Amino acid sequence: MKLVRVNGIYDWLDDRLGLEPLAAHAREKVVPLHRHSIWYYFGGMTLFLFGVQVLTGILLLLYYRPGEDTAFESVQFIIADVPFGWLIRSIHSWSANLMIATLFIHMFSVYLLKAYRSPRELTWVSGTLMFFIVLGFGFSGYLLPWNKLAFFATKVGTEVTGVVPVVGHFSARLLRGGDYVNGATLTRFYGLHISILPLAAFGVLFVHLLLIQRMGMSVPRSVEGQQMKTVKFVPNFALRDLMGWLVILALLATLATLFPWELGEKADPFASAPAGIKPEWFFIFMFQTLKFLPAKIGPVDGEVLGVVAFGVAALFWLLVPFLDRKSARGEKSPVFTLIGVIALLYITVMTVIGYLT
Amino acid sequence: MEQPIRPVKARRRFVNFLLGTSIGGTLISVLYPVLRFLIPPEVVESAQSNVLAGRVSELRPNSGVIFKFGSQPGILIKTPAGEIRAFSATCAHLQCTVQYRDDLHHVWCACHNGHYDLNGKNISGPPPRPLEQYAVNVRGDEIFVSKG
Repeated sequence: MKLVRVNGIYDWLDDRLGLEPLAAHAREKVVPLHRHSIWYYFGGMTLFLFGVQVLTGILLLLYYRPGEDTAFESVQFIIADVPFGWLIRSIHSWSANLMIATLFIHMFSVYLLKAYRSPRELTWVSGTLMFFIVLGFGFSGYLLPWNKLAFFATKVGTEVTGVVPVVGHFSARLLRGGDYVNGATLTRFYGLHISILPLAAFGVLFVHLLLIQRMGMSVPRSVEGQQMKTVKFVPNFALRDLMGWLVILALLATLATLFPWELGEKADPFASAPAGIKPEWFFIFMFQTLKFLPAKIGPVDGEVLGVVAFGVAALFWLLVPFLDRKSARGEKSPVFTLIGVIALLYITVMTVIGYLT
Repeated sequence: MEQPIRPVKARRRFVNFLLGTSIGGTLISVLYPVLRFLIPPEVVESAQSNVLAGRVSELRPNSGVIFKFGSQPGILIKTPAGEIRAFSATCAHLQCTVQYRDDLHHVWCACHNGHYDLNGKNISGPPPRPLEQYAVNVRGDEIFVSKG
Protein backbone atom coordinates (compact mmCIF):
# COMPACT_ATOMS: atom_id res chain seq x y z
CA MET A 1 0.00 0.00 0.00
CA LYS A 2 2.79 2.38 1.06
CA LEU A 3 4.89 1.47 -1.98
CA VAL A 4 1.95 2.15 -4.26
CA ARG A 5 1.58 5.60 -2.75
CA VAL A 6 5.30 6.39 -3.17
CA ASN A 7 5.15 5.19 -6.77
CA GLY A 8 2.08 7.32 -7.26
CA ILE A 9 3.89 10.43 -6.04
CA TYR A 10 6.88 9.60 -8.25
CA ASP A 11 4.65 9.16 -11.31
CA TRP A 12 2.88 12.44 -10.54
CA LEU A 13 6.20 14.28 -10.33
CA ASP A 14 7.60 12.44 -13.37
CA ASP A 15 4.60 13.57 -15.44
CA ARG A 16 5.33 17.17 -14.60
CA LEU A 17 9.14 17.31 -14.32
CA GLY A 18 10.29 14.47 -16.57
CA LEU A 19 12.38 12.66 -13.94
CA GLU A 20 12.82 9.43 -15.90
CA PRO A 21 16.07 10.40 -17.71
CA LEU A 22 17.64 11.33 -14.36
CA ALA A 23 16.48 8.09 -12.78
CA ALA A 24 17.80 6.13 -15.75
CA HIS A 25 21.17 7.90 -15.41
CA ALA A 26 21.30 6.96 -11.71
CA ARG A 27 20.43 3.34 -12.52
CA GLU A 28 23.04 3.04 -15.23
CA LYS A 29 25.94 4.92 -13.61
CA VAL A 30 28.78 2.59 -12.62
CA VAL A 31 32.10 3.18 -10.88
CA PRO A 32 35.17 1.19 -11.97
CA LEU A 33 37.03 -0.74 -9.29
CA HIS A 34 40.83 -0.95 -9.48
CA ARG A 35 43.87 -0.45 -7.26
CA HIS A 36 43.56 3.35 -7.35
CA SER A 37 39.82 3.46 -6.53
CA ILE A 38 40.50 4.65 -2.97
CA TRP A 39 41.24 8.14 -4.32
CA TYR A 40 37.70 8.45 -5.62
CA TYR A 41 36.44 9.02 -2.07
CA PHE A 42 38.26 12.23 -1.27
CA GLY A 43 36.19 14.42 -3.59
CA GLY A 44 33.03 13.19 -1.89
CA MET A 45 34.52 13.81 1.55
CA THR A 46 35.42 17.35 0.54
CA LEU A 47 31.86 17.87 -0.67
CA PHE A 48 30.49 16.54 2.62
CA LEU A 49 32.71 18.88 4.65
CA PHE A 50 31.63 21.77 2.42
CA GLY A 51 28.05 20.92 3.38
CA VAL A 52 29.04 20.98 7.06
CA GLN A 53 30.58 24.42 6.48
CA VAL A 54 27.40 25.76 4.91
CA LEU A 55 25.22 24.49 7.75
CA THR A 56 27.45 25.55 10.66
CA GLY A 57 28.21 28.83 8.88
CA ILE A 58 24.51 29.66 8.69
CA LEU A 59 24.16 28.84 12.40
CA LEU A 60 27.09 31.08 13.36
CA LEU A 61 25.53 33.92 11.36
CA LEU A 62 22.68 34.03 13.85
CA TYR A 63 25.00 35.38 16.56
CA TYR A 64 28.10 36.76 14.81
CA ARG A 65 28.30 40.56 14.57
CA PRO A 66 30.96 42.00 12.25
CA GLY A 67 32.75 45.15 13.38
CA GLU A 68 35.92 46.14 15.20
CA ASP A 69 34.11 46.44 18.53
CA THR A 70 31.70 43.55 18.18
CA ALA A 71 33.28 40.71 16.17
CA PHE A 72 35.61 39.33 18.83
CA GLU A 73 33.01 39.83 21.57
CA SER A 74 30.29 38.06 19.57
CA VAL A 75 32.50 35.02 18.96
CA GLN A 76 33.32 35.04 22.66
CA PHE A 77 29.59 35.11 23.35
CA ILE A 78 29.00 32.19 20.96
CA ILE A 79 31.68 30.13 22.70
CA ALA A 80 30.84 31.02 26.29
CA ASP A 81 27.08 31.66 26.43
CA VAL A 82 25.22 30.17 23.49
CA PRO A 83 24.22 26.54 24.15
CA PHE A 84 26.51 24.34 22.05
CA GLY A 85 27.99 27.51 20.58
CA TRP A 86 31.50 26.26 21.34
CA LEU A 87 30.71 23.06 19.45
CA ILE A 88 29.26 24.73 16.36
CA ARG A 89 32.16 27.16 16.20
CA SER A 90 34.72 24.44 16.79
CA ILE A 91 33.15 22.25 14.12
CA HIS A 92 33.16 25.15 11.66
CA SER A 93 36.89 25.76 12.23
CA TRP A 94 37.90 22.11 12.25
CA SER A 95 35.74 21.23 9.29
CA ALA A 96 37.31 24.10 7.32
CA ASN A 97 40.76 22.69 7.98
CA LEU A 98 39.77 19.10 7.25
CA MET A 99 38.06 20.24 4.06
CA ILE A 100 41.24 21.89 2.86
CA ALA A 101 43.19 18.75 3.78
CA THR A 102 40.84 16.42 1.86
CA LEU A 103 40.81 18.93 -0.99
CA PHE A 104 44.62 18.84 -1.17
CA ILE A 105 44.53 15.01 -1.23
CA HIS A 106 41.78 14.99 -3.85
CA MET A 107 43.60 17.53 -6.01
CA PHE A 108 47.02 15.88 -5.88
CA SER A 109 45.56 12.40 -6.49
CA VAL A 110 43.70 13.72 -9.55
CA TYR A 111 46.89 15.42 -10.71
CA LEU A 112 49.20 12.44 -10.24
CA LEU A 113 46.73 9.99 -11.82
CA LYS A 114 46.41 12.49 -14.72
CA ALA A 115 42.62 12.40 -14.43
CA TYR A 116 42.67 15.90 -15.92
CA ARG A 117 43.60 14.52 -19.36
CA SER A 118 41.20 14.78 -22.28
CA PRO A 119 38.19 14.90 -22.14
CA ARG A 120 38.15 16.07 -18.48
CA GLU A 121 40.03 19.36 -18.86
CA LEU A 122 37.09 21.46 -17.73
CA THR A 123 36.50 19.25 -14.69
CA TRP A 124 40.09 20.03 -13.65
CA VAL A 125 39.72 23.74 -14.35
CA SER A 126 36.49 23.97 -12.34
CA GLY A 127 38.10 21.94 -9.54
CA THR A 128 41.12 24.20 -9.42
CA LEU A 129 38.86 27.27 -9.35
CA MET A 130 37.03 25.62 -6.46
CA PHE A 131 40.42 25.18 -4.73
CA PHE A 132 41.18 28.90 -5.09
CA ILE A 133 37.69 29.77 -3.83
CA VAL A 134 38.21 27.52 -0.80
CA LEU A 135 41.55 29.20 -0.05
CA GLY A 136 39.64 32.50 -0.26
CA PHE A 137 37.14 31.15 2.26
CA GLY A 138 40.01 30.18 4.55
CA PHE A 139 41.71 33.55 4.25
CA SER A 140 38.56 35.65 4.73
CA GLY A 141 37.09 33.46 7.47
CA TYR A 142 40.33 33.56 9.47
CA LEU A 143 39.94 37.31 10.06
CA LEU A 144 36.30 37.23 11.18
CA PRO A 145 36.94 36.52 14.92
CA TRP A 146 39.18 39.63 14.86
CA ASN A 147 42.00 38.18 16.92
CA LYS A 148 45.66 39.14 17.02
CA LEU A 149 47.01 36.32 14.85
CA ALA A 150 44.35 36.83 12.20
CA PHE A 151 44.90 40.58 12.19
CA PHE A 152 48.58 40.28 11.34
CA ALA A 153 48.03 37.35 8.95
CA THR A 154 45.57 39.56 7.08
CA LYS A 155 47.97 42.49 7.10
CA VAL A 156 50.66 40.33 5.53
CA GLY A 157 48.25 38.51 3.22
CA THR A 158 46.73 41.67 1.77
CA GLU A 159 50.16 43.29 1.52
CA VAL A 160 51.26 40.25 -0.52
CA THR A 161 48.67 41.22 -3.15
CA GLY A 162 49.92 44.80 -2.75
CA VAL A 163 53.42 43.96 -4.01
CA VAL A 164 52.15 42.50 -7.31
CA PRO A 165 53.41 44.83 -10.06
CA VAL A 166 50.93 47.26 -11.69
CA VAL A 167 47.63 46.09 -10.14
CA GLY A 168 48.99 45.46 -6.63
CA HIS A 169 48.21 48.73 -4.90
CA PHE A 170 44.73 48.82 -6.41
CA SER A 171 43.86 45.24 -5.43
CA ALA A 172 45.25 45.61 -1.90
CA ARG A 173 43.05 48.70 -1.37
CA LEU A 174 40.09 46.85 -2.87
CA LEU A 175 40.59 43.94 -0.47
CA ARG A 176 41.16 46.11 2.60
CA GLY A 177 38.46 48.65 1.90
CA GLY A 178 41.10 51.36 2.33
CA ASP A 179 44.81 51.75 2.84
CA TYR A 180 45.10 49.79 6.08
CA VAL A 181 43.64 46.69 7.67
CA ASN A 182 40.89 47.89 10.00
CA GLY A 183 37.14 47.59 10.59
CA ALA A 184 36.48 48.30 6.91
CA THR A 185 38.54 45.23 6.01
CA LEU A 186 36.55 43.12 8.45
CA THR A 187 33.27 44.23 6.85
CA ARG A 188 34.61 43.45 3.40
CA PHE A 189 35.90 40.02 4.39
CA TYR A 190 32.56 39.28 6.02
CA GLY A 191 30.69 40.12 2.80
CA LEU A 192 33.18 38.08 0.82
CA HIS A 193 32.94 35.12 3.19
CA ILE A 194 29.18 34.88 3.51
CA SER A 195 27.91 36.04 0.14
CA ILE A 196 30.35 36.48 -2.74
CA LEU A 197 32.44 33.34 -2.21
CA PRO A 198 29.42 31.10 -1.46
CA LEU A 199 27.73 32.28 -4.67
CA ALA A 200 30.89 31.60 -6.66
CA ALA A 201 31.38 28.26 -4.92
CA PHE A 202 27.86 27.05 -5.66
CA GLY A 203 28.17 28.04 -9.32
CA VAL A 204 31.56 26.40 -9.85
CA LEU A 205 30.65 23.36 -7.77
CA PHE A 206 27.49 22.84 -9.83
CA VAL A 207 29.55 22.81 -13.03
CA HIS A 208 32.17 20.52 -11.44
CA LEU A 209 29.58 17.96 -10.32
CA LEU A 210 27.67 18.16 -13.59
CA LEU A 211 30.86 17.43 -15.56
CA ILE A 212 31.64 14.47 -13.32
CA GLN A 213 28.14 13.10 -13.92
CA ARG A 214 28.40 13.65 -17.67
CA MET A 215 31.78 11.98 -18.08
CA GLY A 216 31.92 9.47 -15.26
CA MET A 217 34.97 8.57 -13.22
CA SER A 218 38.35 8.78 -14.89
CA VAL A 219 40.30 5.54 -15.06
CA PRO A 220 44.07 5.98 -14.58
CA ARG A 221 46.19 5.27 -17.65
CA SER A 222 48.12 2.51 -15.86
CA VAL A 223 45.00 0.37 -15.45
CA GLU A 224 43.13 1.53 -18.53
CA GLY A 225 42.26 -1.28 -20.92
CA GLN A 226 42.56 -3.92 -18.23
CA GLN A 227 39.55 -5.99 -17.33
CA MET A 228 38.08 -4.51 -14.20
CA LYS A 229 35.05 -4.88 -12.03
CA THR A 230 32.52 -2.10 -11.79
CA VAL A 231 29.93 -1.35 -9.11
CA LYS A 232 26.68 0.48 -9.51
CA PHE A 233 26.80 4.04 -8.23
CA VAL A 234 23.31 3.67 -6.76
CA PRO A 235 23.24 2.13 -4.26
CA ASN A 236 26.65 0.39 -3.92
CA PHE A 237 29.14 3.21 -4.42
CA ALA A 238 26.85 5.82 -2.86
CA LEU A 239 26.73 3.68 0.29
CA ARG A 240 30.52 3.38 0.33
CA ASP A 241 30.74 7.16 -0.10
CA LEU A 242 28.38 7.47 2.85
CA MET A 243 30.75 5.30 4.89
CA GLY A 244 33.56 7.71 4.03
CA TRP A 245 31.38 10.59 5.19
CA LEU A 246 30.67 8.83 8.46
CA VAL A 247 34.38 8.26 9.05
CA ILE A 248 35.15 11.92 8.44
CA LEU A 249 32.19 12.99 10.60
CA ALA A 250 33.52 10.85 13.46
CA LEU A 251 36.97 12.38 13.06
CA LEU A 252 35.46 15.86 12.94
CA ALA A 253 33.37 15.30 16.06
CA THR A 254 36.39 13.94 17.92
CA LEU A 255 38.63 16.84 17.01
CA ALA A 256 35.98 19.49 17.61
CA THR A 257 35.08 18.21 21.08
CA LEU A 258 38.51 17.16 22.35
CA PHE A 259 40.40 20.10 20.90
CA PRO A 260 37.97 23.05 20.80
CA TRP A 261 39.25 25.73 18.44
CA GLU A 262 40.84 28.59 20.35
CA LEU A 263 39.80 32.19 19.99
CA GLY A 264 43.04 33.84 21.05
CA GLU A 265 43.48 37.49 22.05
CA LYS A 266 41.54 40.39 20.58
CA ALA A 267 43.32 42.21 17.75
CA ASP A 268 45.04 45.47 18.66
CA PRO A 269 46.18 47.54 15.67
CA PHE A 270 48.64 49.33 17.98
CA ALA A 271 50.50 46.29 19.28
CA SER A 272 53.62 44.65 17.90
CA ALA A 273 53.20 41.45 15.94
CA PRO A 274 53.62 38.66 18.52
CA ALA A 275 56.61 36.32 18.25
CA GLY A 276 55.86 32.95 16.65
CA ILE A 277 53.21 34.42 14.38
CA LYS A 278 52.15 32.09 11.58
CA PRO A 279 49.33 31.99 9.07
CA GLU A 280 47.06 28.97 8.79
CA TRP A 281 48.88 25.76 7.90
CA PHE A 282 47.76 25.76 4.27
CA PHE A 283 49.44 29.12 3.66
CA ILE A 284 52.62 28.28 5.58
CA PHE A 285 54.60 27.06 2.55
CA MET A 286 54.12 30.49 0.94
CA PHE A 287 54.84 32.31 4.21
CA GLN A 288 58.04 30.30 4.68
CA THR A 289 59.15 31.00 1.12
CA LEU A 290 58.71 34.74 1.67
CA LYS A 291 60.73 34.41 4.87
CA PHE A 292 63.62 32.75 3.04
CA LEU A 293 63.78 35.18 0.14
CA PRO A 294 66.47 37.85 0.53
CA ALA A 295 65.55 41.55 0.48
CA LYS A 296 66.84 41.97 -3.06
CA ILE A 297 67.24 39.47 -5.88
CA GLY A 298 69.11 41.42 -8.52
CA PRO A 299 67.30 44.72 -8.97
CA VAL A 300 63.94 43.30 -7.79
CA ASP A 301 62.57 43.14 -4.23
CA GLY A 302 62.65 39.50 -3.07
CA GLU A 303 59.02 39.48 -2.01
CA VAL A 304 57.84 40.79 -5.39
CA LEU A 305 59.63 37.95 -7.13
CA GLY A 306 58.17 35.42 -4.68
CA VAL A 307 54.62 36.66 -5.07
CA VAL A 308 54.84 36.80 -8.86
CA ALA A 309 56.31 33.27 -8.91
CA PHE A 310 53.36 31.94 -6.88
CA GLY A 311 50.96 33.70 -9.26
CA VAL A 312 52.62 32.07 -12.26
CA ALA A 313 52.54 28.68 -10.50
CA ALA A 314 48.80 29.06 -9.82
CA LEU A 315 48.16 29.87 -13.48
CA PHE A 316 50.24 26.88 -14.53
CA TRP A 317 48.26 24.64 -12.18
CA LEU A 318 44.97 25.88 -13.62
CA LEU A 319 46.06 25.26 -17.20
CA VAL A 320 47.84 21.93 -16.70
CA PRO A 321 45.43 19.87 -18.89
CA PHE A 322 46.20 22.13 -21.85
CA LEU A 323 49.97 22.14 -21.26
CA ASP A 324 50.40 18.41 -20.73
CA ARG A 325 50.10 17.37 -24.38
CA LYS A 326 51.39 13.84 -23.80
CA SER A 327 48.66 12.99 -21.30
CA ALA A 328 46.11 14.51 -23.65
CA ARG A 329 47.23 11.99 -26.31
CA GLY A 330 47.00 9.16 -23.78
CA GLU A 331 50.78 8.76 -23.49
CA LYS A 332 52.95 8.58 -20.39
CA SER A 333 53.91 12.03 -19.13
CA PRO A 334 56.81 11.69 -16.66
CA VAL A 335 57.72 15.41 -16.73
CA PHE A 336 54.33 16.41 -15.37
CA THR A 337 54.44 13.62 -12.81
CA LEU A 338 57.81 14.98 -11.67
CA ILE A 339 56.39 18.52 -11.45
CA GLY A 340 53.53 17.23 -9.29
CA VAL A 341 55.88 15.30 -7.01
CA ILE A 342 58.19 18.32 -6.65
CA ALA A 343 55.21 20.58 -5.85
CA LEU A 344 54.02 18.10 -3.22
CA LEU A 345 57.50 17.78 -1.70
CA TYR A 346 58.04 21.55 -1.74
CA ILE A 347 54.74 22.22 0.05
CA THR A 348 55.41 19.46 2.60
CA VAL A 349 59.02 20.44 3.35
CA MET A 350 58.26 24.17 3.58
CA THR A 351 55.27 23.50 5.87
CA VAL A 352 57.37 21.32 8.17
CA ILE A 353 60.16 23.93 8.29
CA GLY A 354 57.54 26.59 9.00
CA TYR A 355 56.36 24.64 12.01
CA LEU A 356 59.78 23.73 13.32
CA THR A 357 61.34 27.20 13.13
CA MET B 1 14.57 43.57 -57.63
CA GLU B 2 17.91 44.16 -55.99
CA GLN B 3 17.48 47.80 -55.24
CA PRO B 4 15.11 47.65 -52.22
CA ILE B 5 17.36 45.14 -50.41
CA ARG B 6 20.04 47.65 -49.66
CA PRO B 7 17.93 50.18 -47.74
CA VAL B 8 16.32 47.31 -45.80
CA LYS B 9 19.76 45.95 -44.87
CA ALA B 10 20.99 49.41 -44.00
CA ARG B 11 17.94 50.04 -41.82
CA ARG B 12 18.40 46.72 -40.11
CA ARG B 13 22.04 47.54 -39.45
CA PHE B 14 20.96 50.87 -38.05
CA VAL B 15 18.38 49.24 -35.76
CA ASN B 16 20.97 46.66 -34.67
CA PHE B 17 23.41 49.46 -33.97
CA LEU B 18 20.84 51.28 -31.84
CA LEU B 19 19.96 48.08 -29.99
CA GLY B 20 23.60 47.17 -29.48
CA THR B 21 24.64 50.56 -28.20
CA SER B 22 21.62 50.84 -25.91
CA ILE B 23 22.36 47.40 -24.42
CA GLY B 24 26.00 48.40 -24.08
CA GLY B 25 25.02 51.76 -22.60
CA THR B 26 22.67 50.11 -20.12
CA LEU B 27 25.37 47.65 -19.07
CA ILE B 28 27.94 50.39 -18.62
CA SER B 29 25.53 52.59 -16.67
CA VAL B 30 24.91 49.66 -14.31
CA LEU B 31 28.48 48.37 -14.07
CA TYR B 32 30.28 51.70 -13.72
CA PRO B 33 28.64 52.77 -10.43
CA VAL B 34 29.06 49.20 -9.08
CA LEU B 35 32.77 49.15 -9.89
CA ARG B 36 33.29 52.64 -8.48
CA PHE B 37 31.39 51.62 -5.35
CA LEU B 38 33.80 48.69 -4.83
CA ILE B 39 36.87 50.93 -4.77
CA PRO B 40 37.15 52.53 -1.34
CA PRO B 41 37.33 56.34 -1.29
CA GLU B 42 40.59 58.02 -0.30
CA VAL B 43 40.24 59.11 3.30
CA VAL B 44 42.02 62.35 4.07
CA GLU B 45 44.06 61.71 7.18
CA SER B 46 44.12 64.39 9.79
CA ALA B 47 47.55 65.85 9.32
CA GLN B 48 48.84 64.97 12.73
CA SER B 49 52.47 65.93 12.52
CA ASN B 50 53.35 66.12 16.19
CA VAL B 51 52.21 63.66 18.86
CA LEU B 52 52.94 62.99 22.49
CA ALA B 53 54.52 59.55 22.19
CA GLY B 54 55.50 58.82 25.78
CA ARG B 55 57.25 59.99 28.94
CA VAL B 56 60.96 59.86 29.68
CA SER B 57 60.28 58.57 33.18
CA GLU B 58 58.31 55.60 31.85
CA LEU B 59 60.89 54.51 29.28
CA ARG B 60 63.72 52.31 30.54
CA PRO B 61 67.02 52.18 28.64
CA ASN B 62 67.15 49.24 26.21
CA SER B 63 63.37 49.16 25.69
CA GLY B 64 60.74 50.26 23.20
CA VAL B 65 57.02 51.05 23.13
CA ILE B 66 54.45 51.35 20.38
CA PHE B 67 52.62 54.67 20.15
CA LYS B 68 49.82 55.97 17.95
CA PHE B 69 51.01 58.27 15.20
CA GLY B 70 47.76 59.29 13.55
CA SER B 71 46.19 56.05 12.39
CA GLN B 72 49.51 54.23 12.24
CA PRO B 73 51.75 52.66 14.87
CA GLY B 74 55.13 54.19 15.65
CA ILE B 75 57.87 52.78 17.88
CA LEU B 76 59.69 54.80 20.51
CA ILE B 77 63.05 53.42 21.59
CA LYS B 78 65.44 54.22 24.38
CA THR B 79 68.80 52.78 23.34
CA PRO B 80 71.05 51.03 25.86
CA ALA B 81 73.08 54.27 25.84
CA GLY B 82 69.95 56.20 26.89
CA GLU B 83 69.24 57.97 23.61
CA ILE B 84 65.58 58.31 22.56
CA ARG B 85 64.64 57.58 18.96
CA ALA B 86 61.37 57.14 17.08
CA PHE B 87 60.51 55.25 13.90
CA SER B 88 57.49 54.09 12.00
CA ALA B 89 56.60 50.68 13.47
CA THR B 90 55.37 49.37 10.13
CA CYS B 91 57.81 46.82 8.75
CA ALA B 92 59.12 47.70 5.29
CA HIS B 93 58.63 44.11 4.19
CA LEU B 94 54.92 43.24 4.48
CA GLN B 95 53.64 45.84 6.94
CA CYS B 96 53.61 43.88 10.19
CA THR B 97 54.17 45.88 13.36
CA VAL B 98 57.77 45.64 14.61
CA GLN B 99 58.95 45.42 18.24
CA TYR B 100 62.05 46.19 20.29
CA ARG B 101 64.04 43.12 21.35
CA ASP B 102 65.96 43.92 24.53
CA ASP B 103 67.94 40.66 24.19
CA LEU B 104 69.16 41.64 20.70
CA HIS B 105 69.38 45.39 21.43
CA HIS B 106 67.60 46.22 18.21
CA VAL B 107 64.27 46.26 16.39
CA TRP B 108 62.75 43.01 15.14
CA CYS B 109 59.72 41.98 13.13
CA ALA B 110 58.12 38.70 14.23
CA CYS B 111 56.28 38.02 10.98
CA HIS B 112 59.20 37.19 8.70
CA ASN B 113 62.19 37.58 11.01
CA GLY B 114 63.31 41.01 9.80
CA HIS B 115 65.96 42.91 11.81
CA TYR B 116 66.63 46.66 12.00
CA ASP B 117 69.45 48.39 13.88
CA LEU B 118 69.03 51.33 16.25
CA ASN B 119 69.07 53.73 13.30
CA GLY B 120 66.14 51.89 11.70
CA LYS B 121 68.39 50.42 9.04
CA ASN B 122 67.40 46.97 7.73
CA ILE B 123 70.29 44.70 8.70
CA SER B 124 69.01 41.19 8.07
CA GLY B 125 66.01 39.20 6.88
CA PRO B 126 63.63 40.14 4.09
CA PRO B 127 62.95 43.88 4.72
CA PRO B 128 64.05 45.80 1.61
CA ARG B 129 64.14 49.30 3.14
CA PRO B 130 64.89 50.98 6.48
CA LEU B 131 62.13 52.11 8.84
CA GLU B 132 61.03 55.72 8.44
CA GLN B 133 62.68 57.78 11.17
CA TYR B 134 60.81 60.50 13.07
CA ALA B 135 62.17 63.55 14.85
CA VAL B 136 62.12 63.39 18.67
CA ASN B 137 61.67 66.42 20.95
CA VAL B 138 61.88 66.07 24.69
CA ARG B 139 60.15 68.81 26.69
CA GLY B 140 60.52 68.14 30.35
CA ASP B 141 59.23 64.62 30.91
CA GLU B 142 57.20 64.50 27.70
CA ILE B 143 58.48 62.99 24.47
CA PHE B 144 57.04 64.54 21.31
CA VAL B 145 57.50 62.87 17.94
CA SER B 146 57.10 64.62 14.61
CA LYS B 147 57.60 63.77 10.95
CA GLY B 148 60.64 65.06 9.12
